[in-house]
Amino acid sequence: MEKFLSFDDITKSLENRETDCKAIVNYYLQNIQTKAHLNAFVEVYKDSALAQAAKVDEKIASGKAGRLAGMVVGIKDVLVYKDHESNASSKILKGFKSQFTATAVQRLIDEDAIIIGRLNCDEFGMGSSNENSAHGKVLNAADETRVPGGSSGGSAVAVQANLCTVSLGTDTGGSVRQPAAFTGLVGIKPTYSRVSRWGLIAYASSFDTIGVLSRNVRDNALVMEIMAGTDNFDSTASKKPVPHYSELLHFGKRAKIAFITETIESEALQPEIKANTLAVLKKLKEEGHQVEEVHFPLLKYTLPTYYILTTAEASSNLSRFDGVKYGHRSPNAHNLESMYKLTRSEGFGDEVKRRIMLGTFVLSASYYDAYFTKAQKVRRLIKEYTEEVLNKFDYIIMPTTPSTAFKFGEHRNDPVAMYLEDLFTVQASVSGVPALSLPNGTDSKGLPIGIQIMANSFKEAELYAFGNYLMELNSN
Amino acid sequence: MKIDLNTVKKISHLARLEFNEEGAEKIQKDMTQILDWVEQLNEVDTIGIEPITTMSSEVNVMREDVVGEHLSHEAGLLNAPQRDSDYFRVPKVLE
Repeated sequence: MEKFLSFDDITKSLENRETDCKAIVNYYLQNIQTKAHLNAFVEVYKDSALAQAAKVDEKIASGKAGRLAGMVVGIKDVLVYKDHESNASSKILKGFKSQFTATAVQRLIDEDAIIIGRLNCDEFGMGSSNENSAHGKVLNAADETRVPGGSSGGSAVAVQANLCTVSLGTDTGGSVRQPAAFTGLVGIKPTYSRVSRWGLIAYASSFDTIGVLSRNVRDNALVMEIMAGTDNFDSTASKKPVPHYSELLHFGKRAKIAFITETIESEALQPEIKANTLAVLKKLKEEGHQVEEVHFPLLKYTLPTYYILTTAEASSNLSRFDGVKYGHRSPNAHNLESMYKLTRSEGFGDEVKRRIMLGTFVLSASYYDAYFTKAQKVRRLIKEYTEEVLNKFDYIIMPTTPSTAFKFGEHRNDPVAMYLEDLFTVQASVSGVPALSLPNGTDSKGLPIGIQIMANSFKEAELYAFGNYLMELNSN
Repeated sequence: MKIDLNTVKKISHLARLEFNEEGAEKIQKDMTQILDWVEQLNEVDTIGIEPITTMSSEVNVMREDVVGEHLSHEAGLLNAPQRDSDYFRVPKVLE
């Protein structure tokens, strides 16, 4: 029988002395072994997790345990953890061991969470299927012939298959929300700058966020409130105070909700997802909430804007992988330039190279204004429009993804078709606002469907409370 | 925008990447396809719109200029593919 399906379960079992942290870790270790073929974990920190568990057990015994005592967390392979390896699922970072720990991870450890291992993902977070990984593909536990989504595919499957309590992912254009939708989980992309990016191996710095995947809203809210907040190591991190999201989950008001015609009427949208989304809107109306249709004619421009800006930022961020300081260095180089070129050509996968090439092109002198500056202007329009809607309405609701989990190799030869998987998630990323994906039933094949709620910047508390309400409403 | 092989060569040098003949043709095709797709943005009227350059609402974040925790020499060189006791080692820069 599955155990420890929520942190609440764990806390109660600990309080009743039915279990201890060591037993909890051993339970998950056993599950990880049984489900090893899913390939969610890149590395399991058996020894350090058990050592940490013993320490937390002592703290519990002496009444000094932190707020996450008993929570077992998996972290995406793009977050660094002192004295442990991180590869960003790339050959170019083979063997890299971090000298420090990401702020987000450290804050969980400081509250006595136990880090059980690192999780597979698309290389540097670039992908929507977890197929672009030097560690191999991850299988969706709902149907093992299908992708788990990406880029945080391992983070999603680890929680889906109960290999840890919650996991950390990162979301640049949908990389937490899309896999959450494909695996039936709760996944958040917080407001840009809400969580420090210190120790997150960068993909696109003006989009990157650290998010949480969990089985319920409360666990998600609790982890987020502990991770979020100002940090001396990331000057972009917001200094705004962080509310206790997990204590503000009661939702007792009438909400003003917008839905975007262009998402509901999108040709790419699977009919069952449309039906389930409309059913939620109908229920909300029946409950007395105000639900209104709005138009967003810029929707189709969000993805091209996203790709120009993120590839540009990636080409710059990934220039640090030169074979000098860490990771792979080509043994075949005869001078400095050939060391750079061979190291990078051998170390990066195809999708990463494609994005570096595209980013270098849009930043090159002759094309900078036509592509990069143009996209920065359209980004402003998209952000302003989104904020304007969210000033009039409390929430925007839309499907998280156009389709449910697809088969491996389905988009192998068409990068643009793969990019379109993120059609509904990039609006929040381009605008910087927070968005939450929640499970919303299944399609006729039994594959999970996700529904996405967006709120205005720094409205995570309102987002979680409404999400929690929606989950309850949907379970009735 | 049609990307030709000469452009692929120029851009790959700037990006410090190398492609063999087959790889260059594939990236040429992919870049052309992706650029054709992103060029939809030209349909959007952006006259008078300022490009957005930062997404954080924090401005001019200052701190005291004091020495804090830092990596030791040894820790800094920990991941070096090639090193001596003091420095990262790289192949000859000048022939």
